[in-house]
Amino acid sequence: MAEPTIFDLSVAGRKGITFPKADVPETALPKGFVRGKLQLPEMSEMEVVRHFTSISQKNYAIDLGFYPLGSCTMKYNPKINEAVSRLSGFAAAHPHQPADSVQGNLYLMYSLQEMLKEIAGFAAVTLQPAAGAHGELVGTLIIHKYHKDRGDHQRTRILIPDSAHGTNPASSAMLGFEVVPLPSDSRGNVDLEALKGLCDDRLAGLMFTNPNTLGLFDENVCEVVKTVHEAGGLVYGDGANMNALLGVFRPGDVGIDILHFNLHKTFSTPHGGGGPGSGPVAVAKHLVDYLPDPLVGIVEEGDEENAPLYGFIHPAKSIGRIKSFNGHFGMHVRAFTYISMLGKEGLRDVAEKAVLNANYMQQKLKGTYTLPYDRRCMHEFVLEGFWKDVPGIHALDIAKRLMDYDFHPPTNYFPLIVHEALMIEPTETETKETLDRFVEAMQKIAEEARTNPELLHDAPHNTPVRRCDELKAAKDLVLCCYVGDDWPGEIV
Amino acid sequence: MFTPHTKHDVEVMLESIGVGKIEDLFQEIPAQFRYPDLNLPPRLTEMEAAAELESIASANATTKELLSFLGAGAYDHYIPAAVDNLLQRGEFYTAYTPYQPEISQGTLQAIFEFQSLICKLTGMDVSNASHYDGATAAAEAVILAYGHFRNKRKKVLVSRAVNPQYRQVIRTYMQAETTLQIIGDDPETGIEPDMQKFIAKIDHDTALVMVQYPDFFGRIIDYTQLIETAHQFGALVAVAVNPTAMGLLTPPGEIGADIAFGEGQSLGIPLSYGGPYLGFFAVKDALLRKLAGRLVGETVDADGKLAYVLTLTAREQHIRREKASSNICSNQGLMTLAATIYMSLLGKHGFQQVANLCYQKAHFAADQLSGIDGFSLVDEWTPFFHEFMVKCDEPVEEVLEHLLQHNILGGYDLGQDYPELKNHLLLAVTEKIKREDIEYLCAVLQEENHG
Repeated sequence: MAEPTIFDLSVAGRKGITFPKADVPETALPKGFVRGKLQLPEMSEMEVVRHFTSISQKNYAIDLGFYPLGSCTMKYNPKINEAVSRLSGFAAAHPHQPADSVQGNLYLMYSLQEMLKEIAGFAAVTLQPAAGAHGELVGTLIIHKYHKDRGDHQRTRILIPDSAHGTNPASSAMLGFEVVPLPSDSRGNVDLEALKGLCDDRLAGLMFTNPNTLGLFDENVCEVVKTVHEAGGLVYGDGANMNALLGVFRPGDVGIDILHFNLHKTFSTPHGGGGPGSGPVAVAKHLVDYLPDPLVGIVEEGDEENAPLYGFIHPAKSIGRIKSFNGHFGMHVRAFTYISMLGKEGLRDVAEKAVLNANYMQQKLKGTYTLPYDRRCMHEFVLEGFWKDVPGIHALDIAKRLMDYDFHPPTNYFPLIVHEALMIEPTETETKETLDRFVEAMQKIAEEARTNPELLHDAPHNTPVRRCDELKAAKDLVLCCYVGDDWPGEIV
Repeated sequence: MFTPHTKHDVEVMLESIGVGKIEDLFQEIPAQFRYPDLNLPPRLTEMEAAAELESIASANATTKELLSFLGAGAYDHYIPAAVDNLLQRGEFYTAYTPYQPEISQGTLQAIFEFQSLICKLTGMDVSNASHYDGATAAAEAVILAYGHFRNKRKKVLVSRAVNPQYRQVIRTYMQAETTLQIIGDDPETGIEPDMQKFIAKIDHDTALVMVQYPDFFGRIIDYTQLIETAHQFGALVAVAVNPTAMGLLTPPGEIGADIAFGEGQSLGIPLSYGGPYLGFFAVKDALLRKLAGRLVGETVDADGKLAYVLTLTAREQHIRREKASSNICSNQGLMTLAATIYMSLLGKHGFQQVANLCYQKAHFAADQLSGIDGFSLVDEWTPFFHEFMVKCDEPVEEVLEHLLQHNILGGYDLGQDYPELKNHLLLAVTEKIKREDIEYLCAVLQEENHG
């Protein structure tokens, strides 16, 4: 049965919480401003709790099972992260407090900046960006301002490989850059010849995801960076896939100029059903002055007796502020905790096990499904979700059928350069037994596709709802609970 | 810990792949850059990490230990226990974006309810599923309006009484649009509550007029004339809304706003040193297709059963790439859930009660403070909500330092952002402040006076 909405459950006169009566004399609000009606639901606390508990049970989640979403890095979110981020020293700190009353927070942010610099090989890090796409925006803002400051006004083009995430072109377009697609070669790397052909004085930069969304490490990374630099462009690294590289490779070491991290992918902060994310941005030495304002820094060096004094510093050529306050601080606490618990050995172990898991599954599945780029993969790989001999079956059918086996489907129809793509990222936190069960389900589905295709067409069968009519949703737009004018809400 | 592999697992898996050791999987990485020796602190066990984080947290003195009159964009409201308890359900917080509706109905229904609540609260027609915070929502409002007129109208008017951080973020986002002028927030146009100088700037080249309600100084200003004028010139109007005030005040939708947006932190989200918070964003029907970000809509499944899905996705980056209406991807999913639970628990009565308590207590505090020598209310005739401006005869830094010595976070120093408001304090009062807290604040300020 469908769960009623909070507006359906409302009964006039019920209360979920009451507050103390005013302990001060009343001042009347001038009549012209007084609101007439406030149509909010009226429910008891228990009803609210049951409602949200009930709808929560219609979600799939990492805490329930395997979530092999390619490029999303759905790894386990350690519970300690949740506990420490709720300590009152963090959770009750007001963002406008004077710096000397929040030295703990500033120390933590400073330390996280230092850790991320070290992990990826850069000169400075900002924690301000709210998400990966927000980090990309910071990157494109820096590229824009860097060229502008040098008088290079003709640099208006950003090259983006055809395998890139959709946020890359969208972020570039926000700065008015012309987005030029860059083809991939037969091994899935950036096509070097095509790159060279596009490197002229109109080039502002390249947005480069490595490993790319095929899960492949670009073997020509050094050559790619050199080519762009020689043409006067900057290389932006999309760090969405950093999980494969922790402790193994630092993008800064090969001259990548800018890189964003996704703390909600690589560093175990929860995805929260679509956010909040956190997308710190690292830059090489020549771009430090362009970072968003402010950064956390040491404003007074410490000595043997005194800890250093942390505070805010203001980069000289900053692109400006890109968000209120200090970024998603609650996510910084979680990522700091995670990195502290891993250390350098643990980080390398994460990358190694993530890559081991992916290669193991790729090996097990490549006979049953077509593997368009048959190479050693990094933390993820892409299969084709169709067979020539079973024309009616699509990647979508396979994805939906997986739900009946209690798995979250892989990312599908992305990257765009693989026909009917199924993009699988197991992450390092999954056991071999889980991977084996998933492989078995995939094999069984391949068999069902031939023997009983309807099972796939009609899938899923066992989920809270079945395939949804997305056309109807877009045609008969209903974006709010229906609450008519006669619905109670008078203010008395 | 977080990787479950036994030695045996690794051996079996490597054998299946056909390599001898894990290092063989990384041979495509240039050898000279492989395995950098990272200089990081030695790893901690969970028990040690817990102690370390406790120790870092305890180096802060926060609104828990201190009596706080700080606001200026983030407010210390009471959060009912059920909010965080429900938020900690793994089914919610360890789920991904609900791209697979069959197994994401919990998240989708919660967002649908959030959209509904925001519409009811603001009096608007359509709400999206969130932006990062109030400031980035402000920037998205400018992008929407600029695009709405196909970049032909070249002015965006932003009131000087809009949160300074919102104005900074707007300018950062729009810096590549060299022909767009963001004006109206200069000291000359000023912050007079009658807005006459500001209104006089609206013309046929104006794409958007942005004001805040109540404004950054807490003042409740009648925007009727401003909105009428803007509409006469064909401009859009965006109102930055304090959601708590909506328990008392006529919503922006009823006074003609085209866009209502704001910072949703006060809807059940902890201060958390500035984030994660919640940007909400709602429009009138006419602008529906210009909205950035995710939208949840109602539909039916294959059995005809009611279901929710992400809809109108053709506006978004994963479909339209460089032609998308915004690059936003991750938003504030879990924060919208917190706000939805908070608003459901408070309901009509609780919401009104909180708004009323904030209003009454702020007025009492202002009244008491204005009775102290050396402190005066700036704008006695304009009603205010949540917070108010006080002019100090002494330098603000000294006043704040004196208060902090008495365990009081005394408010926001307006001179930081407004040179003309040197030695002006912005004090915020929520329902958590008791009468005796206000009396204590006044007593400490009296002492400063005579001390």
